[in-house]
Amino acid sequence: MTVMDGLVGDFKRKNHNYTGDCVVGTESLVGFTYYEDFARIAEKADYVEAVTPVIKSYVLVGAESSSRNIGAELTGVDAAGFSRVTGFGRTLHYHKNDPSKAFNIKGDANLPGFVIGVDMWSARNEKGGYYYDPNPAATALSVTCFPLTAKGALAKAGTDMANTKTFYFSDCSQSGLARVDGAIIYLPFDEAQVLCGMNEPAKRASWIHIKFKQGTNIEEGCQKIREMWAKFCDEYKGKDNADLLSQVSVQSWKEHRRESIAGMEKEQAMLMMMFGLVGLTTVFIVYVVFYMIISHKTKDIGILKSIGASCGDVIVLFLGFAAGLGVIGSAVGVAGGMLFLRNINRIEGWLFERFGFQLWDRTIYAIGEIPHRLDLTMLVVVTGCAILACLAGAVLPSVGAARARPADVLQVSQL
Amino acid sequence: MSKGEFIIEAQGVYKSYRMGAAQVQVLKGADIAVKKGEFVAIVGASGSGKSTLLHILGALDRPDKGVVRFEGRDLNGMGGGELNEYRNKMIGFVFQFYHLLDELNVLENVILPAMVPAGIIGWMSKRAGVKKRGLELLKAVGLEERATHKPYQLSGGERQRAAIGRALINEPRLLLADEPTGNLDSATGNGILELLERLNRAGQTIVMVTHDERVAKRAGRIITLADGKIK
Repeated sequence: MTVMDGLVGDFKRKNHNYTGDCVVGTESLVGFTYYEDFARIAEKADYVEAVTPVIKSYVLVGAESSSRNIGAELTGVDAAGFSRVTGFGRTLHYHKNDPSKAFNIKGDANLPGFVIGVDMWSARNEKGGYYYDPNPAATALSVTCFPLTAKGALAKAGTDMANTKTFYFSDCSQSGLARVDGAIIYLPFDEAQVLCGMNEPAKRASWIHIKFKQGTNIEEGCQKIREMWAKFCDEYKGKDNADLLSQVSVQSWKEHRRESIAGMEKEQAMLMMMFGLVGLTTVFIVYVVFYMIISHKTKDIGILKSIGASCGDVIVLFLGFAAGLGVIGSAVGVAGGMLFLRNINRIEGWLFERFGFQLWDRTIYAIGEIPHRLDLTMLVVVTGCAILACLAGAVLPSVGAARARPADVLQVSQL
Repeated sequence: MSKGEFIIEAQGVYKSYRMGAAQVQVLKGADIAVKKGEFVAIVGASGSGKSTLLHILGALDRPDKGVVRFEGRDLNGMGGGELNEYRNKMIGFVFQFYHLLDELNVLENVILPAMVPAGIIGWMSKRAGVKKRGLELLKAVGLEERATHKPYQLSGGERQRAAIGRALINEPRLLLADEPTGNLDSATGNGILELLERLNRAGQTIVMVTHDERVAKRAGRIITLADGKIK
């Protein structure tokens, strides 16, 4: 449970880092206009830390020396701004210390650089790591995009329908999200805007990412941004291409990434359900064990009742026994679980070295270490549930024992 | 004899049991009255209802009909808590098969009735005194060397002595003994009877059930139960 909870928590944190706190935008490849105006207004809000526009589209990426292309998701960002709003800067390998220069190529500042999802650039090794060249070459990639007008039509007619430009490798981004690291190429915002045809006649962007100031409740912040956006739309009603504003939605990072998160949350819910069923089975096992114990103790129960023990005394006796077992069992379980959790990565490493076994194949899953942080709340809840399960399983047999008549269990019927 | 002289009396006690499809009438209006300080033996053939009557007197069972009074109080009118207190404080029960708890040692078995009504804190406060009394009782029944032994380490006679010690720990006003020598050889049984006689001489009221006339003769008064009634 703790491992799964850690995985889900880790996954959510990565998604939060990737998105920022709030996004304003549209899934449409056309984007929306007047984003700069709204960004300026949003930046002035006292609960907003930083705002940055982002271009999203789809492109074909190919090596200059090859005629083969692969599809990729284009993300056009201002590296400095995007790093302030999201955890983009921390995902970089070569420019981690200065993400504002993420697109700068070592040795030639004039060449346009690209940052690429690490899984698109190099294969993950069996331990979940990547090989990084200490002196990376400025490998060239041609990026091709089909520019669209504000109405959604192809911006260019005839044989030259696509915009193609060559970019040079500047860095890799490792967000820890498989779908992001395996599909995204980051380009400078202005370059991406031109490639997608979103630079004219009216400048457009796909999303505005917002980071709130520390201490701001994300849902409340998003609600304020929604109200701000509604007011903004009213003010810009009737202006050129203002109809694109109607496609824009304001979402929290969770809403924006719900498709990714929902799967993990569903798995977590299923695991919870499975543990619930295990818990029910435990209750049944405790019931059976106590039923057997009490069956063997009927004479003793009769003796206790013959010397004045009440039904309550008998129930308390057996429930105390059950609680004691629950506490001892939980203590042993907690100690064992903590020991296992603390050493889970070491154990997995040992199993991998000896037997080639991995809980999650690191060549497939974007997982580094297995989360081994102890969730105290969960520990308390699970321990409490374990003790309650023992008590629940023991209740019926205890009540049955308490209701036994001494005359019956001490074989008074031997007349 | 006035009513107030009886420590326990039963009037018109009826009791039946279901055995398979048949309803067996065991007691058919049994009457008994025991004075304080008496040593009474109830005798009768096997199946005559002696043990049933004794268990009804000890509130281990309830009669279908009839009245049982302890020091003038009707047991039928007592609630669950009062009956528990009655079994704990007023009555000491000695069973034919001893019925000691195997997990506890002899001293723990003896002091068990004193533990039952005490809460954890109450028990902590009176534990030392109870233990002292338990050891005194063990000495009185000749088991002072066996205090830490488990019941399975004792002979039959020793177990019955331990059971008598347990029955006496709360200084009950009435000792009920159900065939206390029934599971013992003659010599050992004789020792138990001597112990009961000694207790009776010290003022302990005893009602003993036995099918053995020779054992019954050791009591001060013999009551015969036949066909569910006192003859």
